[in-house]
Amino acid sequence: MSYLTRDPLSGIGSKASGTGRRNDARSNIDALTEAASMDTITSNNTGMNRREFLKTGAGLAIGFVVGPNLLMQAVEVQAAAAGAQVSAWLHIATDGTVSIMLPSSEMGQGIMTTLPLMLAEELDADWSKVKVVQAHVDGVFNNPVHFNVQGIGGSRSVRGYWPIMRLAGGQARYVLLVNAAQRWGVPVEQCATLPGKVIHQASSREMSYGEIAAFAKVPADMPQLTEKDLKDPSQWRLIGRDVPRVEVPTKVNGTAVFGIDVQLPGMLYASIQRPPVATCPYPIYNDGAENGPVSVDDTEAMKIEGVVKVVMLPHGVAVIGSDYWATVKGKRALKVEWRKGSLGSKYQTEEKLQEYGALASDTTKKGRSLAPWNTGDADTAFKGAAKVVSALYLNDHVHHACMEPFNGTGWLRNGELDLWVPTQGQTWARDVGNKITGVAKEKIRIHTPLLGGGFGAKVEQIFTGEAAMLAKAVEGKPVKIIWSREDDIKHGAYRPATAQFMRAAVTADGKVTAWSHRVAGDSVFLRSRKFAWDKLQGFDGIVAVGVSTAYDIPAKHHEYLYQESGIAVGYWNAIGNGYTLFAIESFMDELAVALGKDPLALRLELMKEKRSRVVLEEVARMAQWDRKRPEGRALGLAYNIGGEWNAPIAEIVEVSLDKATGAIKVHKVWAAIDPAVAVQPKHLTQQIETGIIWGLSAALRERITIKDGQVQESNFYDYPVPRMDEIPEIEIKLVDSGVVQPSGAGQIGVPPMAPAIANAVYRLTGVRLRAIPMLPARVKMAMEEGGAKFA
Amino acid sequence: MSQMTATSLTVNGKRQTVTAHPDTPLLWVLREQLKLTGTKFGCGVGQCGACTVHVDGQPTFSCLRPISTLAGANVTTIEGLSPTSSHPLQKAWVAEQTPQCGYCQSGQIMRAAALLKDNPRPSRDEIVAHMKTNICRCGSYRRIIASIERAVKEG
Repeated sequence: MSYLTRDPLSGIGSKASGTGRRNDARSNIDALTEAASMDTITSNNTGMNRREFLKTGAGLAIGFVVGPNLLMQAVEVQAAAAGAQVSAWLHIATDGTVSIMLPSSEMGQGIMTTLPLMLAEELDADWSKVKVVQAHVDGVFNNPVHFNVQGIGGSRSVRGYWPIMRLAGGQARYVLLVNAAQRWGVPVEQCATLPGKVIHQASSREMSYGEIAAFAKVPADMPQLTEKDLKDPSQWRLIGRDVPRVEVPTKVNGTAVFGIDVQLPGMLYASIQRPPVATCPYPIYNDGAENGPVSVDDTEAMKIEGVVKVVMLPHGVAVIGSDYWATVKGKRALKVEWRKGSLGSKYQTEEKLQEYGALASDTTKKGRSLAPWNTGDADTAFKGAAKVVSALYLNDHVHHACMEPFNGTGWLRNGELDLWVPTQGQTWARDVGNKITGVAKEKIRIHTPLLGGGFGAKVEQIFTGEAAMLAKAVEGKPVKIIWSREDDIKHGAYRPATAQFMRAAVTADGKVTAWSHRVAGDSVFLRSRKFAWDKLQGFDGIVAVGVSTAYDIPAKHHEYLYQESGIAVGYWNAIGNGYTLFAIESFMDELAVALGKDPLALRLELMKEKRSRVVLEEVARMAQWDRKRPEGRALGLAYNIGGEWNAPIAEIVEVSLDKATGAIKVHKVWAAIDPAVAVQPKHLTQQIETGIIWGLSAALRERITIKDGQVQESNFYDYPVPRMDEIPEIEIKLVDSGVVQPSGAGQIGVPPMAPAIANAVYRLTGVRLRAIPMLPARVKMAMEEGGAKFA
Repeated sequence: MSQMTATSLTVNGKRQTVTAHPDTPLLWVLREQLKLTGTKFGCGVGQCGACTVHVDGQPTFSCLRPISTLAGANVTTIEGLSPTSSHPLQKAWVAEQTPQCGYCQSGQIMRAAALLKDNPRPSRDEIVAHMKTNICRCGSYRRIIASIERAVKEG
């Protein structure tokens, strides 16, 4: 198998076609997020006239019209009448090569292999003949569980495309079976498939997919398959086996093409001088002009050889030149006066966290009730409680710091726009291109190279917006914007800083009767998904994600208290779950202490959900939870139901503490996860492992500090991320519960780390750490304040 | 008078003459003029190692090395490590399925290649001490170590 690195010029003047219609599919997604997805972005389904077809040549190109309930109708693309408009998902060449469209973005999560493999499984394709082709933006490739757009976030690729890819493969296989049977003059029921061929056992005949593709037609009376027509898991040849990832060989010899690597004839380069105040506007809703330039003196910049143009943008000043370094020199030579007085310019992280803390703790202040996650009558339970346990948790901003900084290449010519962007959101990238240049959506092509890390950062569209702005400024020529690392650190869309107030009502005999979780912080939705915010009337499913727990407590109340900050907050690895789980699972241990119970025993007592119980029991076995540790070491536990990810996980860490410095060291991590179907088990384990490393770093060290709206960190020397000598031993077990459902495991390793570490430190020292990151200075301060047991 | 100057050097065995501002880091010359985009920009300040190449056999942060200092130098990039992508490290990297996003891996492999040239049988501690200059934000470190150990074993 291989994948196609597109000729950057491809797609120009390709054949025209129309749109595939798809109704929203139901899936196991949080009801609220789904409500936001439904029909809010139907404009994305209008599609484009201009299509990027698979490079067909001879053979069979198949598209799929998806009807209600994910019934799929296979349609032969080249024969499709104007009324039945589809874009090809699949092409089978006469030499047997099977080309499969990748509707998502490869950013290290392995999706370039996993999704095509799901289609190939049901097609019974010969995997060695599969070629993966990156899809252009098109409504037919939308992800039904991700706002019904083309793009990726929230570990939603496998879940969103699980039915689509498999049904598509099944439909295409049926087309091949019918055609072979007709050619042989035998009933289709007597035919079967082996990888890459149809066989008729009774007559010992076989025909390769390539041979069939030479004459095959999609039958007019094509039946619509449903999930029950697909393979039983016992028949899987690819799913659940470890298949080498298709793009890995290109990542060891320099041939992999990331966004930043795009090369075009006559291409110009650009750097942007950005304001002192952190500025990462979401171009659909905001242009960042509140912090932008008032005036620019570019006299010195224009003297630098290679600089060709200086352009005022709403949020910065761009220097365009014939090579990147000339633009960097030009940027440094600019004299810019910046607008002052924005809300963001008044932002201080520490003050803001205190404010959020006061708000969250004051239960007379009402926020947005997260009603679908609430149960029972919590108010009454708290009033009648023998004892109320409460605690306040804080978290700072953290940043993605993807190895590949933001970049984008735009080319506006003849009224058409091409954008090469390492994006997690193709539909939104197209919409941004349209908004900024005025080029009609059907005349915009979005090319998705590999992403050098995403982690939610590349859901942002500012780099797409800049590529479009600059393309407009130098119309006729391609231009590439590259962010410096300092731009990246100082102008990110950070994980929200929040305060969370947790309460539990306990009866005289030690029963937990009510649970309350209040989250205060700025909103990701209001800034970047306003349609969702409006639809959900102030609910932010990103900031408050993960507050819903599986613990069997009769009354539960969850609330979100919105506070505007003027600083961009956005998506991150596991987003809100990174801190909501810190609060939930730290608080569970606090509750266990209050009730005089073992943390594992309390969790199991409150846990009826079977898969969750299994991972808790398994991780306890792996770590030998009850075994006494050497002096100076302790274990801590945390568990995550995983919500829409459908993959419960439990982690245990073993820690020690340097009393002199306050530095926490994690020696070993054990994790047990039930991922339902592990499409690629080994790779899934890697994702959990590296999620654990992310979680470790966010728990102990990573912090963006903002003073007067200005980010104090600049680069890896003051925003340190883990290095090789800091990685603990990690042991991971995938638990097979036999559940045949898709799940999303890209981020789920991250959240349990912070609470597991805090819980271990408590068990070691008797000191409770309620703020992340658990910086040495904070640990020392906590020890001095309350270190009774710690000497 | 032109602010840019010409520099002649050897890159992956081929003599090249490039014209650039004298302070232009080697990184950008490789990527833009010589179209060798396997070498990556990560931080610009020698903190992450994504831009690692060999200059006269030594692992070097190409983001910090002005082109004007490289007259006559011999530069090897990831593209020049092996004409057939069959360097033991490259084979091991594929066997272990080491990259996730893969952006840092050219630099990791070039860094590791320099280690094995000087020390064909490094211990695990020596590997870690040598490799900690290079950041992998995905966190593929355990597989990088495994890959280097495999390359040592399989040659």
